[in-house]
Amino acid sequence: MGMTIGEKILANAASKDKVVPGEIVTVDLDLIMSNDGTTHLTIDMFENKIKKKEIFDSRKVVFVVDHNIPAENEKTAMVHKKMREFANKHSIDFHEGRGVCHQVMVEDYVRSGQLILGADSHTCTYGALGAFGTGVGGTDFLYAMVTGTTWLMVPETIKINLTGKLPKGVSARDLMLKIIGDIGANGANYKILEFGGEGIKNFNISDRLVLCNLAVEAGAKTGIIEADEITLEYLKSKGRSPKNVFHSDDDAKYKKVYEYDLNQIEPVIARPDHIDDVVSIKEVDKVKIDEAFIGSCNSGRIEDLRVAAEVLKGKKVSEKVRCIITPASNNVYLQALEEGLLNIFMESGAMIMNPNCSVCWGSCQGVIGEGEILISTGTRNFKGRAGHKDSKVYLASVANVAASAVAGYITEYKED
Amino acid sequence: MEQSRVWKFNNDIDTDQIIASQYLLLSSIEEMKKYTFESIHKDFSSNVIEGDVIVAGENFGCGSSREQAPRVLKELGIKAVVAKSFARIFYRNSINIGLPVVICEDLYDNISENDLIEIDFTNGIIKKDNKEFKSTKLPEHMQIILNSGGLIEYLNRKAE
Repeated sequence: MGMTIGEKILANAASKDKVVPGEIVTVDLDLIMSNDGTTHLTIDMFENKIKKKEIFDSRKVVFVVDHNIPAENEKTAMVHKKMREFANKHSIDFHEGRGVCHQVMVEDYVRSGQLILGADSHTCTYGALGAFGTGVGGTDFLYAMVTGTTWLMVPETIKINLTGKLPKGVSARDLMLKIIGDIGANGANYKILEFGGEGIKNFNISDRLVLCNLAVEAGAKTGIIEADEITLEYLKSKGRSPKNVFHSDDDAKYKKVYEYDLNQIEPVIARPDHIDDVVSIKEVDKVKIDEAFIGSCNSGRIEDLRVAAEVLKGKKVSEKVRCIITPASNNVYLQALEEGLLNIFMESGAMIMNPNCSVCWGSCQGVIGEGEILISTGTRNFKGRAGHKDSKVYLASVANVAASAVAGYITEYKED
Repeated sequence: MEQSRVWKFNNDIDTDQIIASQYLLLSSIEEMKKYTFESIHKDFSSNVIEGDVIVAGENFGCGSSREQAPRVLKELGIKAVVAKSFARIFYRNSINIGLPVVICEDLYDNISENDLIEIDFTNGIIKKDNKEFKSTKLPEHMQIILNSGGLIEYLNRKAE
């Protein structure tokens, strides 16, 4: 019996010819990443609990400060200082204010075929480049940093088979929210979500990152897409090459296969407080909003900002709405500057933030108050995710978030 | 066997609800623990006592990878979390920090808050009054980590 891409990466990392779902393997890691959401506690554990204080290979470790940057208070400043000093002492790559960790990793580090742990749930994003990325907690990260290894249970794989092409005005984010709505917030719990089929050829790297990034919102251990010429072209443009290019075997075993005809996908929205409460955006038409957010590791890339600029060009954000736009990295920011997109945003009345997790993280900037409503391109709409426990978050595509910011209420983008 | 008091939570309890983002960068778990379940069960942290257990529905601990979530529960004295199912990162984190997580399909629908239960970890049995509910046992590798007191203790022991 054959193996899926994910199984092949795990077999390779375990130095085995074959692995089967359910098997527990010890694997060598190619990269490990941690950010300011948890690293201070990990460093404390390293200093106070580990007997043999050694880092296996500091070249494989990356620290990114992206959640609360720049620091909003003294306590956060001390968290960042602790990370900075530790990284410096142990020669760990340290990025501060360069963007959301996953965007930085995709731009600078990730290669197809790698196995990567990140102390952040959206580490599953790296599957867009044909890598196996998975989120862990601080203790797992610490163990990995000290040993260069971790243990994993080989997951079963669910295949999402895509055919056709998305209609104009419908995005990869609409597709992914639709999938999560269909299979549920734990529909892929412990599983690999593999996206394939001829439809995937119509998705650029940014679209693929959108799909894999949200895999964890269906509970998946990772999302993954076979590396193809689009992937290799992207890596080449960044001066990198793949570690391995794996394909799923024809006789690979899938727990389940879901078929999606991209031509049938329509603009959707996830209603508060559950990401799998997904309906056609037409069903929530005219819900008044207080804030609109465009950014995050899901939808803060240049492709997203171009869409936002198309919608906002020559328009004004509603006086009743704060519209916050946060490029996902400095590279994205500079590109948007060069293309004149930032002028369009500023003229529309939107606020542009420095690259960071921003509103999606809910405790850095753009926090919403009691009873307020946010429409967002972020990753989550849990109760209180963006601020007060009695505030609400809707998740939608970039075009529809931008259109709603102009209207002052939730609406579907229609070209003039 | 010792009886534990039950705190009951429903489906899809996410890690933001267990401990919200704005408290994660506080300097220690000790400082964070009083904000546990703040948005959905305000009195939890002041009323919970050592040895209490959480019983929950499906997908407990979904969302972010923040290890602060199982750590505040352990710090407050929670002895175990029993759920119909767990989100994978929370499940793994709990074992890694030495907080027992027990999968039991049937208990949830037969229990109320403040009920008393007995958990027999070794045999995978939960007792309420005279009724017994079967729970899933951990795979051996995870049981070894949990028995060591967590992954760091396991690592230290290996290093000796």
